[in-house]
Formats: sequence, C-alpha cells, structure tokens
Amino acid sequence: MSDVTLRADLGHWRGWLLDQAPGSRWQARLGRWYRAWLGFRRNGLAMTGFGVVLLLVGIAIFAPLIADREAATLQVLTQRLEPASWQHWFGTDELGRDIYARVVFGSRITLTIVALVSAIVVPVGLGIGLPAGYFGGMVDAVLMRITDIFLAFPRLVLALAFAAALGPGIENAVIAIALTTWPPYARLARAETLTRRRAEFIEAAELQGASHLRILLTQIVPLCLPSVIIRLTLDMAGIILTAAGLGFLGLGAQPPAPEWGAMVSSGRQVLLDQWWVATIPGMAIFITSVGFNLLGDGLRDVSDSRAG
Amino acid sequence: MITLENVSVAYGTGARRVLAASDVSLHVTPGEAFGLVGESGSGKSTVLRAVAGLIAHAEGRIVLAGQEMGRRRSTATRKMVQMVFQDPYGSLHPNQTVDQILSMPVAIHRLGDADRRVATALREVGLGREHRFRYPHQLSGGQRQRVAIARALILQPRILLLDEPTSALDVSVQAEILNLLTRLRRDHGLTMLMVSHDLAVIAHLCERIGVMSRGELLELTTADALASGTVTHPYTKQLLRSNQGFDPSSVDIDATPAA
Repeated sequence: MSDVTLRADLGHWRGWLLDQAPGSRWQARLGRWYRAWLGFRRNGLAMTGFGVVLLLVGIAIFAPLIADREAATLQVLTQRLEPASWQHWFGTDELGRDIYARVVFGSRITLTIVALVSAIVVPVGLGIGLPAGYFGGMVDAVLMRITDIFLAFPRLVLALAFAAALGPGIENAVIAIALTTWPPYARLARAETLTRRRAEFIEAAELQGASHLRILLTQIVPLCLPSVIIRLTLDMAGIILTAAGLGFLGLGAQPPAPEWGAMVSSGRQVLLDQWWVATIPGMAIFITSVGFNLLGDGLRDVSDSRAG
Repeated sequence: MITLENVSVAYGTGARRVLAASDVSLHVTPGEAFGLVGESGSGKSTVLRAVAGLIAHAEGRIVLAGQEMGRRRSTATRKMVQMVFQDPYGSLHPNQTVDQILSMPVAIHRLGDADRRVATALREVGLGREHRFRYPHQLSGGQRQRVAIARALILQPRILLLDEPTSALDVSVQAEILNLLTRLRRDHGLTMLMVSHDLAVIAHLCERIGVMSRGELLELTTADALASGTVTHPYTKQLLRSNQGFDPSSVDIDATPAA
C-alpha cells in the first residue's frame, strides 16, 4: 500500500517538474534542471564521474567521522613504514602516521584548493573576457594582450615562480595556480560574448534602455556560464595535479598537513620497498582527476544536446 | 511624430564605403502607420534601425515626438520607441522564461507592479497564464512573436517600429499577428513605422507607403494607390507586378516557343 502511494507521489512530482506550462518561476527553473538531469543520468561514464566527485565531497565533509583526526598527524616512530593491516588500512608512512587518515583528511586540502581556485578564476576570467568581447576595439585589444602575456608563460613554471616568491603554503599555492589558470577562461568568455554580441535579443535589451552592465550580467553571463563551468570541471584535474605538483616540490601545503602531493613526495625514497606510501595518495589524486574529467565530459554532452 | 530629414547611413570607409541609406526624408503623423517597402538590401531596415537608435553613426536629423535624437539616447527616450524584430527565434533570450523577458523592461524603467503589468501585457497579445513561465523553445513561432510584441508594448511606447514582423511566420499565423497589430494600434493610439518586402502585409497595416531601392526613397504613395495600381514610379510598378505572384493570365503565350 505505502509503496503504491509513494510511487503515485513520485509520479506527481515528476509530472509537476515536467509540466509544459509551469505555474511559477521556480517550477520553470526546477523543471529545466530536472530535464538536464534526466539527460545527464543516461550517460554512464558521466554518472561515474559524478559519483566519484560526490564521494570525494562526502569524504571531505565527514572526514572526522570516518577517520581519526589525531592519527593523520600522530607520529608513532615504532610503527614506521608498516604495510596495510587492520589497524592501519593503508599502512603507515616514514614517520609512522596512518596513511588512511592522511588520505581522508588530505581530501579537505585538495577540495579547498580546487574551490578557492575556482572562486578566483571564474570571476577574473569573466571580468576580463566579457568586456573584451562586448565592447571590442581598444578595450578588447588591451585586455586580450594582457591575457596573452599570462598565456605565454608555462603554467607550472609560473606557478612555481609565484609560490617560490610568495613563500610556500596553501594560500600562495592557490594564488599561484589561479594566476596561471584564468587566461583561457577570459578567452572563452570573450569568444562566447562575441557570438552573442550582435544577437537580436541583445539589441532588444539595448532598445529597452538596459545599461551595459545589465546586459552583460542578465543577458550574456547566463549564456557563457555553462561553457565556463564545463571548462572548469575539465580543468579540475589539471588544478589538482598542479596543486599536488607544488606540494611534491615542497611549495604547497607545509608538513605536517596531509597534502596528497607532499605525501607522494615523501614516499618516493621508499617507493620500491614500501610502495604504498607513495602509491595510495597517488591513487587518490588519479581517481579524483579522472572523476572530475568524466563529470566534465558528461556536462558537456548534456549542454550540447540541450542546444538543439 | 517621426520626422526624418536627409538621413544617411554609410558603412566602411574610402573606396569600400557603401551607402546603405542616402538622404531619406519622411514624416509620419501621430497615430499613423507608415510602411517602407523594398527588396532585400534596399536600405529599409537600415532606416528603421537608425530610427530605433541602433545605428549610432547615422547622419541627418531624426526627430521623434518633437525631440531631436542625439548620438546617445536617454532611458526616457528609449521607453518612447520600441521595436519588434523580424526573427522571433533570435529576438528572445533562449535561457529566460517569458516572465523574465517581460519583467526586465519594467525593472529597467522602475515602473513597479511587475506582476500585474506582465499579466496585462500577455493578455493583450492573446497569451494566457500557461505561457507565462515557459521558455521560448516551448513556444511556437507565432507565440514567440506575440511575446516580442508584448515586450515592446509593456513600456507603453508611443512609437512602435516593426522590422518584417511576419516574414518568419507561416501564412495563417501572419494574418493573426497582423490583426493583433491592427487592434493594438487602435487601442493604444500607436504610431507605427513598418518595414517589409511584402506589399500585401504593408498594405494591410499601413495607410502611407514609401518605396525604397538601393538606399533611396523613390516614391511616397498610399495603400489605396497601390490597390488601384495608380503608382507613378516605374520601379513601384515593377514591384507591384512581381508581388502579384503567379497569375496564369499574365503569362505571355506568344513568348513561349512553338512546339
């Protein structure tokens, strides 16, 4: 009985979401999201990526529940470099710290870096690219030449230079990565703006007396955001790898913080005899990167099919 | 209401300079509907866009409701002149619901009471509550053009510019939109300036008609004159013939080669 009513209830919600004549702004918006979700759900690989990312976020949020915070930094020198056991699921590192706890808490550092870089890169990219594409002329020339200058540097080298100049640490790693990541976003936003600049709905908004700022924010940004978000998701792997690379070179998070790249670095002297010390955090970096890539691919597919 | 004096629009510079409209002068009185007709590339849309203020570098004088238009238009002037575009698929933002599209002009001009205004505007163009929260891709071409008309009218403009408002629609829908425009013009006392290549559409809505070719206004005539065929300029006569469509009686039998 309850199963039947539940199913009827779900059917009711489904119908409400897919209603061709929504009764409110929210219903229209949710219906749109739901349709995109239906398309996304059919893509197996994308769902795998979504699952991985969701899992990662879950682990980061509930880290204190699934691992011991103390164990992540607690040095037990009598238990150095132990293989996996019931006590230490992934073994211990060269200072006797539990690798499982370190990997779990390391997800927080990785996600923090990713979130902070995104929070800097998207506004900066849009802030440079939108005016360049929208106003054209001198504004475009100046902004794009600045972008070209930043694009001309090799990414990791520039990040290294910044991290070395500013001093090692997570905040400086974030700034260094963000500085080298934004230029492609500016170009993308400019290209997306250029294709819409002459659209009739922009002219209609102009005729209605909309200011440039209003046109940019309400008309152009919503059209640029999907491709920017997809690009960002696909770039996540690169950002995570750059962060890990900086950590590996000692320019990212400082010990004893359980940063994945730094963990790989510390395990490299014992790679042959105690392989798990470097391999386990390496696997974490790998799985996370693949997960974000699959998610990005899936999002791209969904947005393509919706364009028709 | 609309006065154009020697309006010229040129694109490009030097040897590649193209005169899209040259020395166009016309006058439209309040409440009148004036049609500009011509082939593609005749400059009729250019004139319309210059009146709308979408072409900033237009030369000559443009006077709307007694105000001379400068290069930059104030928000208040924008409110007075609104336009309906040719392509209802391109003139509505694809990611916004009808409600959002219609609410924006109300917000820009701080008219207030957006909810009631949007509902009224939709009712006026013959759309119901069920269309209000749809996205443009969930509407037919005719419904989209109605939304575009509602967007123009929600600001209660005195001048409505129409850029081939029916040419992207199929014939049965064309008639509906034309009747809607006729009714709205009567109800609101709108002054209309319409551009079309279709003489029948122009003659349906407009009393006075200007014929354009190669950027020049060749002849000023009336819908009645077009209907009775009493036009003077040879180009207008030719246009009139070409618009009659396929008429078997007009085929010159002698010209067909004998079998």
